[in-house]
Amino acid sequence: MQLALWTYEGPPHIGAMRIATAMQGVHYVLHAPQGDTYADLLFTMIERRDRRPPVTYTTFQARDLGGDTAGLFRDAVLEAHERFRPQAMLVGSSCTAELIQDDPGGLAKTLGLPIPVVPLELPAYQRKENWGAAETFYQLVRACAGPHVPKPGTGRAPRAEGRAPSCNILGATALGFRHRDDLLEVRKLLLALGVEIRVVAPWGATPADLAQLGEADFNVVLYPEIAGQAAAWLRRSFGQPATTVVPIGTGATRDFVQEVARLAGLPATLAEEALRAPWYARSVDSTYLTGKRVFIFGDATHAIAAARVAAEEMGFEVVGLGSYSREFGREMRAAAALHGVEALITDDYLEVEARIAALQPELVLGTQMERHVAKRLGIPCAVISAPVHVQDFPARHSPQMGIEGANVLFDSWVHPLMMGLEEHLLGMFREDFEFNDAAQPSHLGAPSQSGREAAPAAQPMPVPAAETPHSAAGAPLLAWVPDAEKELRKIPFFVRGKARRNTEKFAQERGIGTITVETLYDAKAHFSR
Amino acid sequence: MSLAPAPAAGCADAPVLRERGQREVFCGLTGIVWLHRKIQDAFFLVVGSRTCAHLLQSAAGVMIFAEPRFATAIIDERDLAGLADCNAELDRVVTRLLERRPDIKLLFLVGSCPSEVIKLDLSRAAQRLSARFMPEVRVLNYSGSGIETTFTQGEDACLAALVPEMPAEPGAARSLLVVGALAEVVEDQFLRLFAALGVGPVRFLPARRAAELPAVGPGTRFLLAQPFLGDTARALEARGAVRIPAPFPLGVEGTMAWLGAAAQVWGTAHRLAEATAAPAGRARAALARIRESLDGRSIFFFPDSQLEIPLARFLARELGMRLTEVGTPYLHRAHLAEELAMLPGNATLSEGQHVERQLDRCRALRPDLTVCGLGLANPLEAEGLATKWSIELVFTPIQGFDQAADLAGLFARPLARRARLKV
Repeated sequence: MQLALWTYEGPPHIGAMRIATAMQGVHYVLHAPQGDTYADLLFTMIERRDRRPPVTYTTFQARDLGGDTAGLFRDAVLEAHERFRPQAMLVGSSCTAELIQDDPGGLAKTLGLPIPVVPLELPAYQRKENWGAAETFYQLVRACAGPHVPKPGTGRAPRAEGRAPSCNILGATALGFRHRDDLLEVRKLLLALGVEIRVVAPWGATPADLAQLGEADFNVVLYPEIAGQAAAWLRRSFGQPATTVVPIGTGATRDFVQEVARLAGLPATLAEEALRAPWYARSVDSTYLTGKRVFIFGDATHAIAAARVAAEEMGFEVVGLGSYSREFGREMRAAAALHGVEALITDDYLEVEARIAALQPELVLGTQMERHVAKRLGIPCAVISAPVHVQDFPARHSPQMGIEGANVLFDSWVHPLMMGLEEHLLGMFREDFEFNDAAQPSHLGAPSQSGREAAPAAQPMPVPAAETPHSAAGAPLLAWVPDAEKELRKIPFFVRGKARRNTEKFAQERGIGTITVETLYDAKAHFSR
Repeated sequence: MSLAPAPAAGCADAPVLRERGQREVFCGLTGIVWLHRKIQDAFFLVVGSRTCAHLLQSAAGVMIFAEPRFATAIIDERDLAGLADCNAELDRVVTRLLERRPDIKLLFLVGSCPSEVIKLDLSRAAQRLSARFMPEVRVLNYSGSGIETTFTQGEDACLAALVPEMPAEPGAARSLLVVGALAEVVEDQFLRLFAALGVGPVRFLPARRAAELPAVGPGTRFLLAQPFLGDTARALEARGAVRIPAPFPLGVEGTMAWLGAAAQVWGTAHRLAEATAAPAGRARAALARIRESLDGRSIFFFPDSQLEIPLARFLARELGMRLTEVGTPYLHRAHLAEELAMLPGNATLSEGQHVERQLDRCRALRPDLTVCGLGLANPLEAEGLATKWSIELVFTPIQGFDQAADLAGLFARPLARRARLKV
């Protein structure tokens, strides 16, 4: 048993639902107890879908268990077929039905439906959501395209004369992080190259579309977690090569275009006029991003891609890299080694939290979970991977992939840091005479001057003890000689508070009671080490 | 007070459409999401699958990060290999949990579908662990599985598990027990009203802390604050307590009758009008303003929480809504007798669900407002039907006079929103 509060992934049948919901003309009959319909609201609420997922649940109850749950299942399949008239059906068990061993595949087969019925074996006590999605997609692809696999030894027919090279785009699902917009971006990249797009699947595809997968020259795999298994089968069965680069970030997008061009036998062309991220990263305003320590966690694809962008395109230092995708442990470790860190492969959020707390990064890139951890620890954070909440299914175009994806990454990662800098400055201003809580905005006029620095300059300068922060705590009194106070006021106002604090701390630690100009500069030298 | 019998009221003998098929409802585990907020030193450990953990996470939304007092012990394949091993694993998980959370005084082992199907005996596990951790921690168990419980029935199962733990009331001293988790603000309002009525002492089940369980005995009279507490009522009756029949405290009328039923038992019914004059007057005035937007509008209830019938009664009688179908996951005839008698006779009652057929009926009726779960709400909105998502009715304080207008507002808002949006 594993004690769990948060799970990065749902059970595998949720993965199957993501495939069924992404497609058209597919219906999933899930042998499941009452209550498992909760999963519908992931799609209707988080992704804001305007229709119910194409899933029928048998919703058996305790009183059914002694009787004929198999009969219940058969009836549900017949009724779902009658009502929804799908082109293909998925049948399977959720975790509880797995225990009562009704064999949905066998039961459905005896019904003799006139459509392909794909039985799903999704071991709910071993595997998780992404595995379930990959397995479901693979089984569907096999069931639909399998009959069209050329006989062994016949090889691929050469492309017809004058016909453009073509590809399928594989992997986009329902409830996928930015899948909708990634697809648009990748389409743009492929069309610019002159590659014809045949089937996009599972997103929007029908079983009839899947049957034609073998006709394309190669496959574009957007999310290896989901489409890797199906793409491997297509390679074996139809001799279709698949892309290996996921175009997240400027560098990866360029590499992806190179790879596709090579697979298609076309010259690489990438229209970069809308690409702003590299210039933004080079502009002087971004200098302060240099060497920012960043911790990255998510699914393997997004985490690995983010690490490259962070290091090569933002100038950050990757201090931690990890993933909950155990299936991609090898890839994760290899990527982590590139950045000189050890990969954290876990699905226990407490371990992730402990690592973040230990590393104290300046930015966290992660899932919804890391967002909350970072919030608790007061560290800026941006979301780069599922699981995500409703706000990360935005109305606006917001891809992670391609040219616009690179722009989006720059904005969404820098944004929390800007917020961080802003907060930092505001924290300093709070002690400044112009920005303290009691000070009136200057545009309202100033009937009563506030703040000690607005007092007549000729006043004797030793600061009243009551105004130094530590004197209240019983620390020895500190006095600023007038010259030192004057010198302090030459320091720009937004760092003056910090300079005052540091100087007084320095003096206190050394038992200096009177702060002179010398003390001020000694302290500055001390703290600027 | 307007307890005048409404015309055409009375569904007491109305036929009920009983249906079986796919049910689009939550399981009882969901009750944990509000129960753990209520009993402040209790922890709820679900023994189940990754699906159970995923459900709680989805239902709890962002609440899951505020040091919540619930978690799932996820059964894996090693546990399925042999039951003895499973018990040892559970003990290990519980020990680790209690070491980490020494503030926990009451631990619920909550059964799920997988734990029920593999017949993991959680009641024996609770006894075993109680023996080990008493007196610091008491360990109890109940089932929140989908195969046995629907949504709010999880609270019923939890409270029923608490009843045997309640201390015995010495002698036959009379006390009032209000049963069902209520928001604290609502509890406090009721306390003031009961004090004005001279009804008391008043206690609540569940109490805010595990150690403060109210006493129960033959002198105990109890009022159900929620309609889904069949097992809890039976357990209380087994300990000698007597239920006070009453409608549920929703709306001015329901609250008045609910308070009045207790006052009747205490012989202080003559004080009802005076004691409730101010809050009931406020509530009536507030309701009158909202009535304008709901009067004459039709409403359809999908089954969810068992609150549907009292809500329909309130909306029909106090706000003039026209009932079409009122669905409930389970209809407890005895506990709802007063409600059914007040319900307009033209409502179709349905118990259980065949969601596809019910959707067909809903589409054919095209009600002005449909009360349903979040799995159906957006799809129905996309079909042009205004909806009110039902879960909010369980999380929001809706009982009592001062919440009556808030409750009405929950139904008026989706219609007001539809009227405002121009694109």
